[in-house]
Amino acid sequence: MNHWIVAPVVVPALFGVAIVLGTRGRLRSQRQLGLLATTALLAIAILLMVEARSGAVQVYALGAWPAPFGIVLVLDRLSAMMVLMTALVAFCSQLYAVSGPDARGANYHALFQFQLMGLCGAFLTGDVFNLFVFFEVLLIASYGLLLHGGGRDRVRAGLHYVVFNLVGSALFLIGVATIYGVTGTLNMADLAVKVAQVPEAEVSLLMSGALVLLVVFAIKAALLPVCFWLPLTYGSASAPVAALFAIMTKVGVYAIVRVYTMIFGGEAGPVANLAQPWLLPLALLTLVVGAIGALAGRRLRGLASYLVIASVGTMLIAVALGGEESLGAAFYYMAQSTFVLAALFLLVDLIASQRGATGDRLEPTGAVRQPVLLGGLFLLTAVAIAGLPPLSGFIGKVLVLRSALATPSAPWVYAAILGTSLLVLVAVSRAGSMVFWKVDEEGEKAAAISPAHGARVAAVVLLLALAVAMTAFAGPVVTFTNAIAAQVLHPADYVATVLAAKAAPATPADTHDAGGR
Amino acid sequence: MEVLFASAVGVLVAAGVYLLLRARTFPVVLGLALISYAVNFYIFAMGRLRVGLEPIISEEATAYVDPIPQALVLTAIVIGFAMTAFVLVLALRANFDLGNDHVDGRPPEGER
Repeated sequence: MNHWIVAPVVVPALFGVAIVLGTRGRLRSQRQLGLLATTALLAIAILLMVEARSGAVQVYALGAWPAPFGIVLVLDRLSAMMVLMTALVAFCSQLYAVSGPDARGANYHALFQFQLMGLCGAFLTGDVFNLFVFFEVLLIASYGLLLHGGGRDRVRAGLHYVVFNLVGSALFLIGVATIYGVTGTLNMADLAVKVAQVPEAEVSLLMSGALVLLVVFAIKAALLPVCFWLPLTYGSASAPVAALFAIMTKVGVYAIVRVYTMIFGGEAGPVANLAQPWLLPLALLTLVVGAIGALAGRRLRGLASYLVIASVGTMLIAVALGGEESLGAAFYYMAQSTFVLAALFLLVDLIASQRGATGDRLEPTGAVRQPVLLGGLFLLTAVAIAGLPPLSGFIGKVLVLRSALATPSAPWVYAAILGTSLLVLVAVSRAGSMVFWKVDEEGEKAAAISPAHGARVAAVVLLLALAVAMTAFAGPVVTFTNAIAAQVLHPADYVATVLAAKAAPATPADTHDAGGR
Repeated sequence: MEVLFASAVGVLVAAGVYLLLRARTFPVVLGLALISYAVNFYIFAMGRLRVGLEPIISEEATAYVDPIPQALVLTAIVIGFAMTAFVLVLALRANFDLGNDHVDGRPPEGER
C-alpha cells in the first residue's frame, strides 16, 4: 500500500493541530508552520501526480479494512489533478495571507490547514459517506475562514452561507441514505457495479436518491437555481480566503463528475446518464446568469463572484455534453479558471487597498499608486477570463466549443458561450477602464498609500504564471486532461482495482509494512 | 410501525421547513435541528425496521440488523450537533452585531 495517498489528509490535519497547540497564538510561528505545511502539501501533491500520470489506480484502505466494507482512498488521475490544483492555489493564497490579512483574527492558519484537509479528503475518498464527512470538514473550516476578521457584512453573509449549507448537508444525508437503502453499499466502485443491477421496482427510488444528491452538489458548485449564496459569501470573504474558495465550487463540480459519470454514467444500465438531461440546460442558464451578474456588478468583488458562477456554468456545460473530448475540455477549463479567478480575487484586493475609501466600488476616484503594475496584471487576468486569445481561457473555450460541434445541442452551447464571452468582455473592460483610466483628479492623493507588498504581488503573478504555463504547454496539458476524462468515463479499471482489495485482506506482511513506516 | 415511523419523519421535516422559512435566527436553528432529527431517523430506517435484533453476527444469532446505518447515524449526530452549536453561536453573534434576529440582518418593511 502506498502510504503517500493518505498524506494530503494527514499532513494538514497534523499541522493544523500543531498550529493550534504549539504556537500559543504567536503569529510568526503560525505563519512559519502554515507555510511549511502548505509547501509540504504541494510537494506531496506533485509526487502523487507523478504516480498517477501513468493511469494506474492506487487504493489506500484505511485501517486495512478491505473495500467495500472499509473506507478507501483512491488515487487516480482526476483526484491527483484536483489535489495538485488545491495545493497550488493554497500555496499562493497563503503567500498572500502571510503579508497581513491573517492578522485580523486568531487561528487563521489552523483553519486554513483544516480546510485543506477537507478539500484533499473530498478529492481522494472512494466512499460516498466519507465524501459527506470531508464535505463537513471543509465546510466547518470554511465557516471559520469566511468569518475570519469579523465585521457586520461577514456575519450576515456567514449566516446565510452556514444555514444554506446545513440544509444542503441534510439533503446529502437523505440522498446517501436512500442510495444505501437500495444498493446496500456506499463504496463508489461497488456502487458503480450495483446500480446497474438494481431491480426494476427500486429504480425510481434509486433515481430520486441520486437526484437529491445532485441538488446538494449543485449547491456546492453554485449551479442555478441554487447559486445565489455565492456572490454575497465570496464578496465578503477576505481576499486570500476568497482565492482559496475558488477551489470550493470545484468540489461540487468534481463530485458531479465523479458520481454522475462514474457511478451513474454510461454503463449504469437503467439509471445510465441520469443527471445529463438536467445538467445541460441548468449549466447554460448558469453561464448566462453569471455573465449578466458580472455585467451588473457595482463592485469588483461582486464582479469576480459572478465570474465564478459563469465559469462553473462553462465547466458543467462541458461535463453535461458527455464524451471524452468534452470532459477533457472541462478539466482544462476548470484548472485554468481556478488559477485565474483566484488571481482575480487577490488582485481586486490589491487594487482596493490602493483606492482609499472607495475600495473596490466601481466609481471614479484617485489613481492607484502602481497603475502600470496593477493595470498590467488586471489586463492579463481579464484577457484570460473573457477568453480572448492568446491566454488559457481562449484555449479552454475553444476546446469546449469544438467538442460540442457534433452534438445536437451545439447551437445552444455556441450561442451561450460566445454570447456570454462578449458580456464578460464588456464587464471586465468597463471595470478596468473605470478603475485605471477614469481617474478623478479631485480624488484621494495616491502618494499617501504605500505600494503593494512584494509577497502579495508575487502570489498574483504566480497564479497568472500558472495560467500562462497552461497556455504555453497547452498540448501536453490537454493530452493529460483527455487521459483523465478517458479514465473517468471507463471506470472498469478503477472498479476492478478498488474491489480487488477485497480479495487480499491485510496480510501480516502488510501490517508489518504499515508499522514500519 | 412503518406508517408511524414514516409520518414521524414527515412531520419533523414539515415542522423543520416551516421554522426555516420563518427567517428569524432562533426558529431557523430549531428548524435545522428538527430536520437533522428527521434525517437521522431516515438513515436509520434505510437499514430496514426490525425489532429486537442485534447488529452483530454470531454463531447463535438467526437474524441481525444492518449495523452500517447505525454507524452512519452516529456520525451524522456528532456532525449535526457540532454544526448546531456553531450556528447557534453565529446566530447570537449576528444578533449582537446587527441588532436584530432577522436572517437578512434587517427586518422587512412593516415588521419590527
